[in-house]
Amino acid sequence: MTAAADVIIIGGGLHGCATALNLALRGIKAIVLEKDYPGRHASGVNAGGVRMLARHPAELPLSLAAMEIWTKIGDLVDDDCGFSSDGQVLIAESQHEFDAMEERVRALRVQGFVHEELIGVAELRRLVPAVAQHCPGGIVSRRDGAADPFRTTQAFRRKAVELGQRVLTGIAVNGLVRRGGSWSLQTTAGTFRAPIVVNAAGAWADRIAAALGEPVPLEVAALMLMITARMPPFVKPVVILRGRKLSFKQLRNGTVLIGGGHAGRAFRDENRTELDWRKLASSAHTVAELFPVMRAASIVRAWAGIEARTADELPVLGSSERHAGIYHQFGFSGHGFQLAPGAGALIAELIATGRTNLPIAPFSIARFAECGAGKGAPAEAAPRAQCAG
Amino acid sequence: MTALARLQSQYDVAVIGAGPAGMAAGAETAAAGLATLVLDENGAPGGQIYRAVTVTPVRAPDVLGAAYWRGAELVAELAASGAELVTGAVAWSLSRDLEIAVSLAGASRLIRARRVILATGALERPFAIPGWTLPGVMTVGGAQSLLKASGLIPQGRVVLAGTGPLLWLYARQLLRAGGDVACILDTAPATNYLRALPHLPAFLASPYLGEGLALVREVARRVRVRRIVALAARGGDRLGEVVFHTARGEGRMPCEHLLLHQGLAPNVNLALSAGVPHRWDRGQLCWLPAADRLGDTPLPGIAIAGDGARIGGARVAEARGRVAGHAAIAALKGGGRRAAHRAGARSDRIGRAFLDALFRPSRRLRLPAEDGVVVCRCEEVTAGEVRAAVRQGCAGPNQLKAFLRCGMGPCQGRLCGLTITELIADQQRVAPQQVGYFRLRPPVKPVALAELAALPRAEAPAPGGP
Amino acid sequence: MFTRMPEAEAGASVGLTVDGATVEARAGDSVAAALLAAGYAYCRSTPVTGAPRGPYCMMGVCFECLVTIDGVGNRQGCLTLVREGMRIGLQHGKRDGGA
Repeated sequence: MTAAADVIIIGGGLHGCATALNLALRGIKAIVLEKDYPGRHASGVNAGGVRMLARHPAELPLSLAAMEIWTKIGDLVDDDCGFSSDGQVLIAESQHEFDAMEERVRALRVQGFVHEELIGVAELRRLVPAVAQHCPGGIVSRRDGAADPFRTTQAFRRKAVELGQRVLTGIAVNGLVRRGGSWSLQTTAGTFRAPIVVNAAGAWADRIAAALGEPVPLEVAALMLMITARMPPFVKPVVILRGRKLSFKQLRNGTVLIGGGHAGRAFRDENRTELDWRKLASSAHTVAELFPVMRAASIVRAWAGIEARTADELPVLGSSERHAGIYHQFGFSGHGFQLAPGAGALIAELIATGRTNLPIAPFSIARFAECGAGKGAPAEAAPRAQCAG
Repeated sequence: MTALARLQSQYDVAVIGAGPAGMAAGAETAAAGLATLVLDENGAPGGQIYRAVTVTPVRAPDVLGAAYWRGAELVAELAASGAELVTGAVAWSLSRDLEIAVSLAGASRLIRARRVILATGALERPFAIPGWTLPGVMTVGGAQSLLKASGLIPQGRVVLAGTGPLLWLYARQLLRAGGDVACILDTAPATNYLRALPHLPAFLASPYLGEGLALVREVARRVRVRRIVALAARGGDRLGEVVFHTARGEGRMPCEHLLLHQGLAPNVNLALSAGVPHRWDRGQLCWLPAADRLGDTPLPGIAIAGDGARIGGARVAEARGRVAGHAAIAALKGGGRRAAHRAGARSDRIGRAFLDALFRPSRRLRLPAEDGVVVCRCEEVTAGEVRAAVRQGCAGPNQLKAFLRCGMGPCQGRLCGLTITELIADQQRVAPQQVGYFRLRPPVKPVALAELAALPRAEAPAPGGP
Repeated sequence: MFTRMPEAEAGASVGLTVDGATVEARAGDSVAAALLAAGYAYCRSTPVTGAPRGPYCMMGVCFECLVTIDGVGNRQGCLTLVREGMRIGLQHGKRDGGA
């Protein structure tokens, strides 16, 4: 079976579906090939943070553009995605941390970014009354918030399909070959062909990149989360820490979601992760110290999704260095959820017009050009790849 | 020093569950000289079938029945074997490398074993009818636990509804305890007799035959039994009456207690969360773990014995427990494997297939027809909502979980999972095996955050970030 | 309601409070059993719709018997034995994390 399209997107997570949707809005037909189902991995099981706060400055233009989309997400995908915007607060636990935050906010303002606002102890207590006494202040990004990751992924998928795109599940890409002006993808369900391919394969995207002769070392990570039973509302903004790993939010239904980037073990070829209780104990300890009211909260579930980090924790986003018609959209290193609507719009813009005004040079795959197949590359064999004319 | 602090960090064998299978397994391995830990979340050993056997206030032996008192012998055997029995202990996580998280008196520890035998037993199948969440509606097993552990009997009009040996056993126990049963609403479809017929010869050779017939005779002599096809519990804040449908029409009966039971299913949560693969069994209509005749699962070092492996009753559970114990001895000390195989052959279910067929729960009562029936009790999700979500594209239980929250409550699908799998299978016209089940993760029971925080912590890495 | 079998009546008595009211229980009972024996048909109302719920399975799998015991919430009443002086609180709606 050979199926042809304008664009094939490898990976049906939020990034792949967002790109599919944006291509549809530009009248470009796409097929999404998803090896499990949309939201099965990082897209569906992350902490749902929608933030511009605490990002690497290189990500900020994209993040700001994405935030504009988030504020109107209901119009885009006919679903509010559970998005609520009560702000995100980065809390300092010591004067030393606070001083560093003050410096950061000043440096950002110099570059023209005003979304981060330094706050002292009074405003911190007003925003987060339940926080422990030892915290001197922090940074707030008032427009930030959180959304439901699985619901968001389904909404983008549904809208893309409604606009004519095809999202095919249970299909894994094993290799890709250039034939004439087109790419030919070998999959578990036959061959698919298109002149343009987007590599949005998440924690498996390094294999596609390697097959294309532009390897990117990815560290596969099983980022762990815990959730509690319902509690009466006690915190509105999302809380994150600088010194210790924590992301903390109370959902609308009263349950409290605890994340922060502690990693278990990932077995990406088995779609399996293992939890690390010693690290989750650290997470629990951090929460208990920061929010004493949480001590008797009951943890009802823990889990870990399969995500992947690049060495500099910046995504790989933009066109291929080696091939015409190849675009990369992966490596979001645990903070790609908020960026996804913007990344999807960006890739669609690149495909449709060949250019973008967003400064994406820091995300270029070229920065890995010296890597080769040496240190840091995945141990598994990459799928066969050829560039035959 | 607390009981938790007294636990060793490492055992040869850890047995989870002190019902007949767990006690038998632990007694065998401890008697063979292996350092054996047996954990049970209840305050005393016995599991469900032998609940409270060491502490029951119901001393007259004929009330609970002779079979019940076998539990006391097993407890004695376990005590004499040298095994370390720790009650009130919840094993809330089991990893592939055989690390067990144990919670006891509000504190947790991580301990290791060279082999783990899961003997977590069974639970009663969901019985989702309109009004089953009303106060006054309980499981038959729940009422039986109240009798065994506390000598409590339900007052007023008591109606038993459903099918299965446990229902009849409790009816007799209740009558002998001085209680009353207003009515038994028997939901076993008439077609069960035809299904059971091929298995009758084997059953005739079974020890269950004699006691089974006597039991049913004694109960049916004193209690009205009606064959029904459907029922509903009605009431405001609590149960007021039961409405039922027979082949001939409708009936209703005011009652204070409606006790439901339509069979048992393995309590799969710890095994599944540890990664033991399970398969849908069409005979028992539930998920059964992949395990060989010695109880070994595909995960090295993890074995399953008892009703948690396959519903077979107390005798079979005890036999399978001994088999698993012998297999553990063979694995850790060498030898004894042939003895384990022989014991396994002896323990094959005798006559069980007949009972499975005779008491098979009806499709009507496994798949609620009424859209308003609550299917997920924890999150109050109805059958209609589940069907609608499936129609809108939710392809499996895990997507359903993310959409509707069913399976996300504290019971982790124990009371809704089987119904959910069958509802999806029915809606999509595929087999339950294809639909699958909730992806379960530890903790299999909620753990207080402070308790988790007090576990040994990983070293905090140097702060990075912006 | 539930009453004690005659032979089971002989047992040590344990004093508890349930939402402040004094209740006499029998040593060896679980909290859930004690509540049922004392005439409490329900022990909580659900966080989603506020529907009343009472113990259902009595074996720790249904999580309907959740009550607050000595200040700690979301405890399974059927798995906790009564103790002299225990303070039991019925749970209405969402449970506090506890002080």
